[in-house]
Amino acid sequence: MGQKEIAGKTVSVNEEGYLTIHEEWNKEIAAAIAVEEGIGELKEGHWKVIEFLQKEFKENGTVPSLRRVTKAGGVPTKDLYAFFPGGPLKKSSKIAGLLKPASCV
Amino acid sequence: MKRIVILGAGTGGTMMANHLVKKINKKEWSITVIDQETKHYYQAGYIFIPFGMESKRTLTKQIKQFLPKGIGHMNIRVDLIKPEENKLVLSDGKELDYDILITATGCRIVPSEVEGMDGEGWMRDIFDFYTVEGATALAEKLKTWEGGNLVVHTAEMPIKCPVAPLEFTFLSDWFLTKNGKRSATKLIYVTPLSGAFTKEKTSEILGHLLENKNIEIVPDFAVEKIDPANRIMRSFDGIEIKYDLLVTIPTNMGDELYEKSGMGDELNFIPTDKHTLQSKKHENIFVIGDASDVPTSKAGSVAHAQGEVVTKNILRYIAGKDLLPDFDGHANCFIESGYGKGFLIDFNYDIPPAEGTFPVPGLGPFSLLKETRMNHLGKLSAKWIYWNIFLKGIKIPFITSKLTMKGKKF
Ligand SMILES: Cc1cc2nc3c(=O)[nH]c(=O)nc-3n(C[C@H](O)[C@H](O)[C@H](O)COP(=O)(O)OP(=O)(O)OC[C@H]3O[C@@H](n4cnc5c(N)ncnc54)[C@H](O)[C@@H]3O)c2cc1C
Repeated sequence: MGQKEIAGKTVSVNEEGYLTIHEEWNKEIAAAIAVEEGIGELKEGHWKVIEFLQKEFKENGTVPSLRRVTKAGGVPTKDLYAFFPGGPLKKSSKIAGLLKPASCV
Repeated sequence: MKRIVILGAGTGGTMMANHLVKKINKKEWSITVIDQETKHYYQAGYIFIPFGMESKRTLTKQIKQFLPKGIGHMNIRVDLIKPEENKLVLSDGKELDYDILITATGCRIVPSEVEGMDGEGWMRDIFDFYTVEGATALAEKLKTWEGGNLVVHTAEMPIKCPVAPLEFTFLSDWFLTKNGKRSATKLIYVTPLSGAFTKEKTSEILGHLLENKNIEIVPDFAVEKIDPANRIMRSFDGIEIKYDLLVTIPTNMGDELYEKSGMGDELNFIPTDKHTLQSKKHENIFVIGDASDVPTSKAGSVAHAQGEVVTKNILRYIAGKDLLPDFDGHANCFIESGYGKGFLIDFNYDIPPAEGTFPVPGLGPFSLLKETRMNHLGKLSAKWIYWNIFLKGIKIPFITSKLTMKGKKF
C-alpha cells in the first residue's frame, strides 16, 4: 500500500498501482492511468466498458467477469481486446479505479 | 407430508441424501432424488484414463447403489424449475412439487463456446479429458502419438478441478518419457491465467516445476478461435499457437436448465450465498457442489465440506432459525506431478495454500505444497475413500469442514 500522485492528485494505491479507495477516482486519473498502461486516449468505447464496470461494482461489490462484460455489458470480446490490449479486465478495472478482479479459482 | 427434492445424484446430491436421511423427521418430510443418469462416475479418475491407468469400467458404479433406503429416486431429466411456484418440470412433461430444493447438478464442458473447437477437429486432434468419452478417445490417440506439439489448454475460468490441466501436463511428460516420445514432443501449457495456477505461491512453485520439466507456458491466453484445418489456435490479441494434438478444457457451464428457468448467471451457475449456501434469490433453494457461483474450487472435496453446512442450514431453515454462515470455501486438492509423486494443497476463501502437514498437524502423513510420494499415494487412495466414505456422508477423522491453521507455516 502506498500513495501516488496521478493527474495532480495524491491517491492511495496497492503494490500494483490499483486505486484502493474508489472515491478518490476521477476522469482525469482514469485518463492518466490509461496513458501509463499504454492504452492512450480514452474514447467512447473505453468509457462504455469503464462505466459498466463501475455500475456493476456499485451493485454487486465485485468487478464482473469478462463474460459478463460481453453478455450483460454488450461489448464483444474482440472489441474488449481492441480497446484494452494485453488484458482487458486487468487494465479496464485499473483505469476505472477498481481493484483487480480476484483471480477465479 | 412435505418434500425435499435433491436434483442431481453425483457427488454432492448423493452425499446430501445420506446426510439428510439420518437427520430429517421422516413423519413430516419425504426426500426424492432425481438424476438423468443411472450411472455415477468417479470423475477425479478421468485424469488417469488417457494414460491407460484407469478406464470407464473401473470408474463407474450405479447411482442406486449409493442412495440410502427410505427415499424416492427418479431417473429422469429436469427441464425447468419454476421457483415462484416451487415446481419442477420433468422431461416427460409431468410436474413435481417441492418444499425445499437442493440443486446438485454440477457443471459440464461446452466445446461449442469456442469457434472451431467442436468442428472437424473434435476427437481427431482436439480432445477433452473432462468426459469419460473424451478421456477414452484421448487414450487411443496417445497410443499412436509419435511427437509434435502437444498443447494443453484451458479455455476460460472457472473450471472444475482447476489443477487438472496441470496434472494432465505433468502426467503427459512422465508418460511420453516412459514411452520414448518425450524428446520428439514439445509440451506447451496454455492458460487464461497470468501464471500456472490461481493462487500466487502455488503458481510460483508449479511454474518452476513446469520449467524444470521443460514445459513451455503461455499465460494470459484468451482463446478466440481454432482453425482445425491448419491446427492453429488463435487468441483475441492475435497470438497463434500451432498444435498437433490439442488437449483442451472447454468452457465449463452449469446446466442449461438454469438459463431457461432464469436462475443462472452468464455461465448458468446459480448465484449463491458463499457462506450459507442458500440461493440468493430463493430462500427454499440450497446449492451444493459445482452448480453454484461461490468463489472457491469446484471440487469433490469442496462439496464434501459443503455437505455438513447445507445439512445444518436446511434443518435450521425448517425450524425457522437463522442460517449459519459456516462455509469458509475450504478446498483440499491433490496434484499429481508424475513419476509417482504429488502435491497437496489446502486453502479457503481467505487463506491461500501454505506449507505444512496434513491432516494431522506436525505428523502428516501428507505434506502441503511439497512434492512427495506419500501425496501421490493419497491421490490413489482417494478413489476408495470417495466410494466408501465421502458419498455416504461419513465424517473422516481429522478432516474438518473448515480450514485449520494447525500444522501450517505462513
Ligand atoms: C477430470 C476431472 C478431475 C477431477 N479431479 C478431482 C480431484 O482430484 N479432487 C476433487 O475433489 N475433485 C475433482 N474433480 C471434481 C469433482 O468431480 C466435482 O467437483 C464433483 O463431482 C462435483 O459434484 P457435484 O455433485 O456438484 O456434480 P456431479 O458429481 O457432476 O453430479 C451432477 C449430477 O447432476 C445430474 N444432472 C445435471 N443436470 C441435470 C438435470 N437437468 N436433470 C437431472 N439430472 C441432472 C448429472 O447427471 C450428474 O449425475 C475432478 C473433475 C474432473 C472432470
